[in-house]
Amino acid sequence: MSDTDEQPLEYRAAIAEAIAEELERDESVIFYGEDVAAAGGVFKATPGLQERFGDERVFDTPISELAMCAAAFGAAVTGLRPIVEIMFGDFMALAMDSLINQAAKWWYMSNERTPVPLVIRTAVGAGGSFGAIHSQNPAPWFLSVPGLKIACPAFPADAKSLLKAAIRDANPVLFLEHKRLYSTKGPRPQDGPDELGRARVVRQGGDLTIVALQRGVHDALEAAEELAADGIQAEVIDLRCLRPLDLPTLLASLANTHRLLVVDEGSALGGWGASIIGLVAEHGLEQLDDVWLLASPDHPVPYSPPLERAYLPSSEAIAASVRERAGLRLPTPA
Amino acid sequence: MMLIRAFELEIQRLFLRGDVHGTTHLYNGQEAVSVGVCASLREGDYVAATYRSHGAALALGIPAEALAAELLGRTTGVDGGRGGSMNIVDLDRGLIGTFGIVGGSIGAAVGAAMSAKRHGGVAVAFFGDGATNQGYFHECLNFAAVRALPVVFVCENNLYGEFTAMASVTAGGDIAARASAYGLPSRKVDGNAIAEVVAAACDAVCHAREHGPAFLECLTYRHLGHSKSDPGKYRPADEHEAWLARDPIELERTRLTQLSVPAERLAELEADVERELATATERALAAPVAAPDNDQACEYAA
Repeated sequence: MSDTDEQPLEYRAAIAEAIAEELERDESVIFYGEDVAAAGGVFKATPGLQERFGDERVFDTPISELAMCAAAFGAAVTGLRPIVEIMFGDFMALAMDSLINQAAKWWYMSNERTPVPLVIRTAVGAGGSFGAIHSQNPAPWFLSVPGLKIACPAFPADAKSLLKAAIRDANPVLFLEHKRLYSTKGPRPQDGPDELGRARVVRQGGDLTIVALQRGVHDALEAAEELAADGIQAEVIDLRCLRPLDLPTLLASLANTHRLLVVDEGSALGGWGASIIGLVAEHGLEQLDDVWLLASPDHPVPYSPPLERAYLPSSEAIAASVRERAGLRLPTPA
Repeated sequence: MMLIRAFELEIQRLFLRGDVHGTTHLYNGQEAVSVGVCASLREGDYVAATYRSHGAALALGIPAEALAAELLGRTTGVDGGRGGSMNIVDLDRGLIGTFGIVGGSIGAAVGAAMSAKRHGGVAVAFFGDGATNQGYFHECLNFAAVRALPVVFVCENNLYGEFTAMASVTAGGDIAARASAYGLPSRKVDGNAIAEVVAAACDAVCHAREHGPAFLECLTYRHLGHSKSDPGKYRPADEHEAWLARDPIELERTRLTQLSVPAERLAELEADVERELATATERALAAPVAAPDNDQACEYAA
């Protein structure tokens, strides 16, 4: 192992490395977005790529999310492998037609003759006081669309290996990067790309299973440490991808723990968490002694830091809800 | 043009008989546009078209049998009966697809132009006057212009966006001028005169290959309503009659006759088309309907 292998990898550097390595490896890969080339991206995830690979392959675009994603579709079905950065996930609303009615459907509608190898990267999630329109997780908008893949890495190693897998994938992949993870560091990945659609047990425990993704995985791990002090051993599953969904890994864990908590930073109704609970109920009801969802209130993401903290399911909220559910400690009466 | 006209009349008949399902948007009257533009393309070029695109599909060489079979929901359809009238995809013949949402073709062609630029190809977007009020139009013309992409935007201005007169919903009233505002070379031509369309399309395609995007507005008219359920009564009778009198096939017949092409030769052509179409329809109808026992979908490409 070389020295660089031992250096921890920053999440944003993982993104940049994955894009650079795939641009290097495959001439058909291109990368574009708003402010990504000359400026290196508003989250500084892509500096230096334009200098290295030239303006034909790495370029800045007009502020035109629909045109950017529609062009990615047109490029993908004709032989390129575009990677597009949409600055904030909230802006995906502007590109819905191209992604849902075009990219996701062409493989099926062409009678499985026309693959659509594109990646839309975007920064998602709350916790930075960006307010209601720069803090959502757009995953639920896309979760019910067959043909799309949705990756949601929680760790730098996965950010790199899953992004490489997404770029090499023959299908449209939404790659959702949580804003509160860009500055996190962690071990480097194993060589080569990963496989989209496989969850990972990131902490073993026999008392309950906590399922989370992105920033929520870190909160769940912190909560699990707190709970261990109370004698509760939580198993934590990082979903890593929402579509395809690794239901077998969830069901295998539930066969041991029989209790499921899903932590979803978004709204309960129609959210990914509720969707998973529905599938678990359908396929694993006999394993379930208890199941519940920790989601956010039904109003937009607030701006003020105390309001936003209260809105998000924190590690403290996760631990408290597990204790309450386990009857260990009742909430203090008001 | 004759094949497209005969095809559309046959599809209308099959629809009324209940063999074609859902809806159809027939191309009668606009044939010169897709035939003229596609004649200016070569192998390796791409086309994105609209839900009114049986014409473009045939002009690109999709066999009438495969297209008819698609509309009939047969396994032998160009897309195995999965797409239907509005959703024809055939990249083997350069057809990126026909787009069921107004304006969708514009973005797809711009993206295909990024691929085409690498091998000297061009991409063409067909769309109607209605699409020029979509975000796709404005975002994509700008995107193509700043990236100097080899794309030709072809607006088939048939004067009506669905049931609504173009003039009543289009500010400024001049579609070609909108393209000029984005710095594109832009021309307005008689979309019912095929020679004029071919000449203008060749210029636009050459420009796109060498320099970047170009725009062509083809003035034309659909003989029928917007879709199968629309009798088109919102159009003034005198307007309709005036355009019927300028039928692109009859205009071309007149022009060819003036160029001394014998009437018998044109009659032979027409008879060939009728025979070809009758065989195509018969074979398409005889093929199996796409059904769960012969079509298993796989969600993802490997």
